[in-house]
Amino acid sequence: MDEVRFIAAIGALGGGVHEGSMQEALRERPHFIAADAGTTDAGPFALGSGKAAFARDAVKRDLAIVMRTARHAQIPVLIGSVGTAGADIHVDWMMEIVREVIREHAWTLKVAVIRSEQNKPYLQELFSSGRIVPLDPAPHVDAASIDRSARIVGMMGVEPLQEAIRAGVDLVIAGRCSDPALFAAIPIMHGLPEGLAWHAGKVAECGTMVCETSGKGAILGYVRRDEAVIRPVGPGLRCTPQSVAAHSLYENGDPYLHKECSGTLDLSECRFEQLDDVAVRIIGSRFIPAERYTVKLEGAESVGFQSIIVGGVRDPFIIRQLDAWLAKIKAYIAKNVSAVLGNELKPDDYKIVFHIYGRNAVMGPLEPHPESVPQEVGIVVEATAPTQALATKIAQMCRQPLLHAPIDEWKGAITGFACLHNPAEVERGEVFRFSFNHVAMPRTKTEMFRTEFVTIGEAAR
Amino acid sequence: MRVLADIASLIRSKNAGPFVLTFDIMFQSDEDYETVRRSGALSVDAFAKLYRVNPDTVRFFECANARAFKFSIPRPCVQGDPGDADMHGGQQFIPLMSIEIPEK
Repeated sequence: MDEVRFIAAIGALGGGVHEGSMQEALRERPHFIAADAGTTDAGPFALGSGKAAFARDAVKRDLAIVMRTARHAQIPVLIGSVGTAGADIHVDWMMEIVREVIREHAWTLKVAVIRSEQNKPYLQELFSSGRIVPLDPAPHVDAASIDRSARIVGMMGVEPLQEAIRAGVDLVIAGRCSDPALFAAIPIMHGLPEGLAWHAGKVAECGTMVCETSGKGAILGYVRRDEAVIRPVGPGLRCTPQSVAAHSLYENGDPYLHKECSGTLDLSECRFEQLDDVAVRIIGSRFIPAERYTVKLEGAESVGFQSIIVGGVRDPFIIRQLDAWLAKIKAYIAKNVSAVLGNELKPDDYKIVFHIYGRNAVMGPLEPHPESVPQEVGIVVEATAPTQALATKIAQMCRQPLLHAPIDEWKGAITGFACLHNPAEVERGEVFRFSFNHVAMPRTKTEMFRTEFVTIGEAAR
Repeated sequence: MRVLADIASLIRSKNAGPFVLTFDIMFQSDEDYETVRRSGALSVDAFAKLYRVNPDTVRFFECANARAFKFSIPRPCVQGDPGDADMHGGQQFIPLMSIEIPEK
């Protein structure tokens, strides 16, 4: 084949696929439709808790539109990183939605379900053979980190997707998956240049964010022998060489080199040209095959349970001595927690963070002007402890000192902190942290992923 | 003297995965990009000083084909760890806005 065409339905399934643009894009007779449904951008909670970040109804609506478009043209659909984090529990969640959509449309579809959650004994074996290596920077990892993690997923590349497509499925539901791989798999399978295929996927995977101004619509990608073309479809959408170039370096530490399982996409020699009013041509993107096949690992582990208090300070006498005032309060709280909860809780078992909005909450240690004094500050007190009950007790023990810590300027009892809520504390439930920034070196390209083929629908009964 | 925010079409920060923060500075024209590049105001050392981080941890890229400069650093607090207050890393670029760009 000299050209493979695809539709990138949206940057994140559940964000609102635009059906009109999808129908319009079909005029170009695409070979497949793909959409990413996950991200780590929202934080570690989805992977840790097993829940999805997008509303189920929104994902279902988007899947139905994508599938209707695809059934109209009889082309396959690839959905990756389902349920936000792509662990098995998220795949199960997504498959329930898939079954509902298929039933409601009375279709019969062949579906490939590819799982990428890793079992712990397997990872322990890789770890002890030196086959789990850190990226830079990475948290400390040892055998216990694997056991402690709630879930660990491996990010699949094109290979498991290609195997599914070769089997002739209508729909691929993939666990954690490289976003561009969803778009690169089929062009590469047809022998088109890997650099152009990966690059087209890289810029298309966020949907219309590759445009000058993002909006309602879809992206058409064309991968050819000597170029890739990105064409937005939707009202007022336009790609320019700069918008495509800008998106090529979006959310990547290195603007030129993008690591995938099977190698590195190298954009150092690539160029972008305006093809017509709205489309952009990409040339010169290269792919350097890796000497070793690697699979990126993502893990999340619990750090306990959290309760927070939201409030603020307006008193200028307190604000001008904010740090000293807070230091006294923190010391008082630490002493009190130790006196009251010392039997259940050592100082290392819990953590209290004061986020001081108006001063340096947003930038923390990177804030260049933490000394500037605003007219009011917002304070979020975040207590993290091994159980929800303990976190809440600690938060409750923060309230009184905040309210009534005395200052020299006022004689008598003061109330120096404005609570937003009653009860002052909000229970946030279990919270998680990312526990891996590592790659695994499996012995084969396929051993970390498990594919199941199922036929769903009327004719399957 | 003009500052970077007067010249750039976009200055942004974002997570590049949970462990890295990346900063993009982009321009509408080659001329603007060249003005800033030639000024020498953007460098590893300038960034390290501005953000008070170790220069050895700062990566700096000049991307002429995108009319962009990029800095990347390890996140001071891993995304979502207790203490992190910018989950998407989107509000860390502000000090870059005020970098003075001398005309050369």
